Amino acid sequence: MLAVGYVPLTDAAPVLVAAAMGFDRQHGIVLRPRPAPSWSRLRDLLAGGAVDAAHALAPMVVAPALGLGGRTEPLEALAVLSRNGTVLGVPAGTGAAADPLDPGAARARVPDGARVGVPFPLSMQALLAERWLGRCALVTVPPARMAEAMGAGEIDAFHVGEPWGSVAVEAGVAELVLAGRAIWSDAPEKVLAAPAGWAEAEPDRAAALVRALHDAAEWLARPTSRAAACEIVARALDVPSEVIDRGLTGRLTLTPQGAQARVEGLMRLAGPAAGFPWRSQAAWIGDRLARRHGLDRAAARRAAAATFRTDLYRAHMAGRTPLPGASFLAEGGVDPGTAVPSDAGRLVLAGSRFFDGRIFEPL
Amino acid sequence: MAATLNIVVVEPDRDRALAIVDALRAEGDHDVLVLGDATGLARRIAARAPDLVLIDVADPSRDAVEDLAHASGPLDRPVALFVDRSPAGAALAAAEAGVAAYVAGGLDPARLAPVLEAAVARWTVARRLRGELAETRRALEERKVIDRAKGLLMKAKGLDEAEAYALLRRSAMDRGRRVAEVAAALVDAADLLS
Repeated sequence: MLAVGYVPLTDAAPVLVAAAMGFDRQHGIVLRPRPAPSWSRLRDLLAGGAVDAAHALAPMVVAPALGLGGRTEPLEALAVLSRNGTVLGVPAGTGAAADPLDPGAARARVPDGARVGVPFPLSMQALLAERWLGRCALVTVPPARMAEAMGAGEIDAFHVGEPWGSVAVEAGVAELVLAGRAIWSDAPEKVLAAPAGWAEAEPDRAAALVRALHDAAEWLARPTSRAAACEIVARALDVPSEVIDRGLTGRLTLTPQGAQARVEGLMRLAGPAAGFPWRSQAAWIGDRLARRHGLDRAAARRAAAATFRTDLYRAHMAGRTPLPGASFLAEGGVDPGTAVPSDAGRLVLAGSRFFDGRIFEPL
Repeated sequence: MAATLNIVVVEPDRDRALAIVDALRAEGDHDVLVLGDATGLARRIAARAPDLVLIDVADPSRDAVEDLAHASGPLDRPVALFVDRSPAGAALAAAEAGVAAYVAGGLDPARLAPVLEAAVARWTVARRLRGELAETRRALEERKVIDRAKGLLMKAKGLDEAEAYALLRRSAMDRGRRVAEVAAALVDAADLLS
């Protein structure tokens, strides 16, 4: 039995599906998903050993390596579980619906110094909001409470994972102005987090878990799986399956008046190198956290990079999915369709671009 | 097994092929075609449209098992696959492709009849489940499209849920179409407008 923590979000789908559809048993483990109401609670469950591993925000595993975040127990990422899958929203009725992949149009909808609701200070939502907006005031709101906080006027904008952005639209309080992927097209949103050393102490169980979650993600990406996937996630989150469908497929309802948009790649769970924990992406997270907290940035990038266990992912997934030869990319400088060497010939990447075209050199 | 079946046997070993044909004929007046190799199997099976396929291979790779399984059209008819030695992962690959019986340890003509009977029974059950699954999947997708269309109407016209559904149903009746079709058209049109 393997307890895996998660926070109720559409991108917890691989964890829920692995258990519901038996991908865990296929690899000789029994996965028990365990929900947590907030990210701080999930972090405590993981650091305290109440769960073996967790679906966690990528910055949550980087922070302890930098001495940030309250808890000091070191964590590491064994795989990336999802890329992007977040949306930015503003109060309903404050402007006209626009293309949710146009950061320029969306920027005009968010006032300078806005109070931006994010699920956790150590989240991609927080780091990407800061990267995009520059000056803003982050307010921590558990994802499922985002609609309520906006309705109560506690925040001027939010950046949150699906389905909670769409739930706020359904509640009539918010409209969606930007998909998170428009800020960084390859942001590592959720990772499979485990206490440092666990995967090496229990190599068979760790490998089985990584493989089961990979198989679940591949299954999720098949169009024929969509109906069942939405029902499984909807039941766990107690949100209508039609609302879950929006995050999984990118068919968004932007406004309470019903404006529709299709966002290709809103959330990426599977495909080329989707699960690969690029060390350059951890380094980006370390760099952003170091800026925020006034730490040495070069040291932070190095410490952060080591928490993404590219080496373990290669060992666990060898022969099961193409593995890139490198562990670092020039983030922001990778066009969609770029081919890199891998153990199985050339591997065509989905790309890594920032909204402003800047390139992050990880080392 | 039913009295007269159209059966394709893939068996490279000539003596074994004769033994299999004898064993099958002892069970009923079957129409048996023996193929000496699996070249162009998918095409040859599609052309003959057999009721049952029996494949015997000595020592295949996992990929070979998967290729044979798919080529034999296991969703359209029961397929029994016999191997002397089964490589790792081959049983799962065969099952996922829909093979009704995957038997490791070789083919014994004397025990062929019960294996094939079980394969036919299993395939019949699996086909029924596949039908139910396709129907359930379609119903879930339709319900989601109808929910989405209802939501659009509620927002655009200030209707409550029951009124939105009544409007969808009325407009479906007026056009002689199904509610799900009208809902899908509405959602597609909303995509175009925004």
